[in-house]
Amino acid sequence: MPPVLELRGITKAFPGVLANDHIDLTLNEGEVLALLGENGAGKTTLMNILYGLYMPDHGEIYVRGSKVDIHSPQDAIRHGIGMVHQHFMLVPVFSVAENVMLGSESTRNGVVLDRESVAKRIEEISARFHLNVEPHVKIEDLSVGVQQRVEIVKVLYREAEILILDEPTAVLTPQEVEEFFKIVRSLVKQGKSVIFITHKLKEVMALADRVVVLRNGRVTGITTPTEATESSLANLMVGRQVLLTLKRRPAALGQSTLTVEDLFVKDDRHFMAVKGVSFDVRAGEILGIAGVQGNGQRELIEALTGLRKVDSGRITIAGRDTTHATPREIREAGSAHIPEDRQKDGLVLSFPVSENMVLNTYYEPPFTKGVSLHYEEIERAAQERVEAFDVRTPGIEVPVSNLSGGNQQKVIVARELSRPIQLLIASQPTRGLDVGSIEYIHGQILKKRDEGCAVLLVSSELDEIMSLADRIAVMYAGRILDILPADRARREELGLLMAGIREPQSAASKGTGT
Amino acid sequence: MDTSPDKTREQKRGFFSRIALREGRGEAILLPVLSVFTALVVGAFIIPFSDPEVLAAKGFAEILKASWTAVRDAYSAMFTGAFGDPKLIGAAIRTWQATGETKDLLDAFRPASESLTIATPYIFAGLGVALGFRGGLFNIGAEGQLFAAGLATAFVGYSITGLPAFIHLPLAMLAGAAAGALWAGIPGFLKARTGAHEVINTIMMNYIAFRLTEYLLSGPMQRPDGLPITPEVRPTSYLPLLFEEPMRIHWGFIIALVLAFAVYWFLWKTPLGFEIRMVGANPNASRYAGIRITVITVLTMVLSGALAGMAGVGQILGVDHKLVRAFSSGYGFDAISLALLGNSHPFGVVLASLLFGFLRGGAARMQSVAGTPVELIRIIQGLVIVFVAAPEIIRTIYRINRGRKQKSAS
Repeated sequence: MPPVLELRGITKAFPGVLANDHIDLTLNEGEVLALLGENGAGKTTLMNILYGLYMPDHGEIYVRGSKVDIHSPQDAIRHGIGMVHQHFMLVPVFSVAENVMLGSESTRNGVVLDRESVAKRIEEISARFHLNVEPHVKIEDLSVGVQQRVEIVKVLYREAEILILDEPTAVLTPQEVEEFFKIVRSLVKQGKSVIFITHKLKEVMALADRVVVLRNGRVTGITTPTEATESSLANLMVGRQVLLTLKRRPAALGQSTLTVEDLFVKDDRHFMAVKGVSFDVRAGEILGIAGVQGNGQRELIEALTGLRKVDSGRITIAGRDTTHATPREIREAGSAHIPEDRQKDGLVLSFPVSENMVLNTYYEPPFTKGVSLHYEEIERAAQERVEAFDVRTPGIEVPVSNLSGGNQQKVIVARELSRPIQLLIASQPTRGLDVGSIEYIHGQILKKRDEGCAVLLVSSELDEIMSLADRIAVMYAGRILDILPADRARREELGLLMAGIREPQSAASKGTGT
Repeated sequence: MDTSPDKTREQKRGFFSRIALREGRGEAILLPVLSVFTALVVGAFIIPFSDPEVLAAKGFAEILKASWTAVRDAYSAMFTGAFGDPKLIGAAIRTWQATGETKDLLDAFRPASESLTIATPYIFAGLGVALGFRGGLFNIGAEGQLFAAGLATAFVGYSITGLPAFIHLPLAMLAGAAAGALWAGIPGFLKARTGAHEVINTIMMNYIAFRLTEYLLSGPMQRPDGLPITPEVRPTSYLPLLFEEPMRIHWGFIIALVLAFAVYWFLWKTPLGFEIRMVGANPNASRYAGIRITVITVLTMVLSGALAGMAGVGQILGVDHKLVRAFSSGYGFDAISLALLGNSHPFGVVLASLLFGFLRGGAARMQSVAGTPVELIRIIQGLVIVFVAAPEIIRTIYRINRGRKQKSAS
């Protein structure tokens, strides 16, 4: 039997970049094929070609042995290919049924929308694949995980046999990821075939039947999770040895640099999001805050960095009371902040790399001299930082929007870490980044800690917290449930705490102590 | 990394290359130029419809011939109306060289002078709107700010007597700029304090300015003879002419050019300008970087209003010397188009304003000599804006590839 899908010699060039270079790929019926590669390796381009969004320069596509031309997503759908994009294509104010039928509306008598029959089919699909999607709920009322399932329903509703999932886990919480894996398994069990795009090694090992690794637009390896190891995959992906586990020295603890006492902070809707949080971070240690997103971490960080009003409580940074200080005063007190959302808060995308390198220090000497900006100094410093932090950019004068996500994050890290600081507040510092960049940024954070900087690390990736932190605080529903020394923290225990369940024996160690 | 620092530094030496780099992508210049050209071509197809000879012509060949004549006449009249007649200019220069007589010279250059005089308020108001755009604020109220400034300037100009020119003129100008600043500062303050959208409030401030002007012209600031005109401002507050009569071009034009450079310097070379651009480009990142957005918002509007107000100042002190209800022919509204056309860059605004000045300057002569209605110029202006606002049209016509985006590998 011919494979469900076969790509032969797919080549696609963009100005200055060869995104896909003679890629061959086969997908067998009922298998999960992981397409692994760093950002910019050409995964998404390849899938967009398959989905008819781009035309390849060369190469052929075969579906069940016969050659097909795919000029548009409609063609792709006709050949049974469906795609779930990384960024959902849903109308928030429409119901699930309305979103599913959008673009292929079924009508009664050719005029009236037939919501009922659509809803019925959605229920059938949902039951068959254990998707648990209700047709009449509005999208905006659904969690991200459920929205993703709606996207899958959309594809199945169009009778896709081949599902392309583009970085499906990037937006999910750990629990939702588990749920998602179950769905994928049930899809393939019932004969669907899945291409799963990712750059996360653990997921490949857990889910895939076969793995195709891409680097710089070429296939660098085809293997299976049983043959490969995480580090062999990482090597194929990055093209060199990658350290997946960090070497670390024992913490050399100094004085308490950040002290938070009984902090209360409200969220945008004026609900209390941080409810009486206390902890301290000492010089030379990394305190990791673990927790499922949306449990008050964002509000906590914003309060610490002066971006959000503190309701009550006290924050002290390096001996200075910064409870009601402005972001600038807090920075000048010796703290640095890597924000959660780099494109929204951390960078001005239309500004050149050079200006982004001094985004919060531009007004200080030597960058400002008298009444005017001293661009020679700004550019000199930017060039230095680009080199010191290995930012891959065509030059410091290009807009930072032209850089890849990893390099954008490196710009922020370079800016924040290349001045003398006593406290680093890093929020989701590696979200959405590829293995190489993650390794680099983790290294930089550890280096700061070894230099005697206090580090507060917030991450929803438990692995990141466990490999970096000296102590781990778990945040749930606006409170810190427990603070555990990292070497004694067990994954299961942390997982339970993240779900708000506290084991009785560890309750005694609650509080700020090490 | 193959970008050697030396090479980068070298590229950034030259003044213009630096602007080109910063504003980037030769497209920023190419697209407007092609837009103007295309608008003129489209205009050429419209001209024949208003030409009596074309309409009277019988047969295809005759229509074609008459159309050609009409278009040629109209555009050549527009050209001489905008820049002056090259033959007259040549003759005048020869006369001047031979006799030292300047009267012919002044006459020959008069059309160019007119065009630049018209361009002057465009530059001021365009700079104001562009500065607002850079700060992320849509100042739709330049026209109202222009009226507020005109009223204040006229009042200081006619009511204060006995001051020497070197005090009276700056005072009258400052009064106008301050009034413009106030008129824009109010919506700025409302935006910063309450989040009220500046588009709505600047429009509302326009209406207040128009009605206030009508009220003042029908009473408190009315000329003694009862016409709805203010008294003439004192000669001590005049913006001096650059040349002799009949050339109307005045020092306001020079001030406008100087301000264009000042705005460029301010926005791109000072910390405060950096803050304005940052707030305009990404308010969230600005907050993160420690900028007080409310302060910058008010400041941006105040500066924007002061610049727009200078358009009114220039008209009162340099051209009209009194204020009438119709003293602005929509400069403040055209300024929005100009800022767009000039890519919100001060130098772009100057070029766009010169274009509008020459188009408007040429329009009058086009009507009187070639009989083509002035409205054609409005159509051409409109087309230019459409093409600039929808660059895909131009890209498609001239097969220009979309600006390429380089992605560096991570």
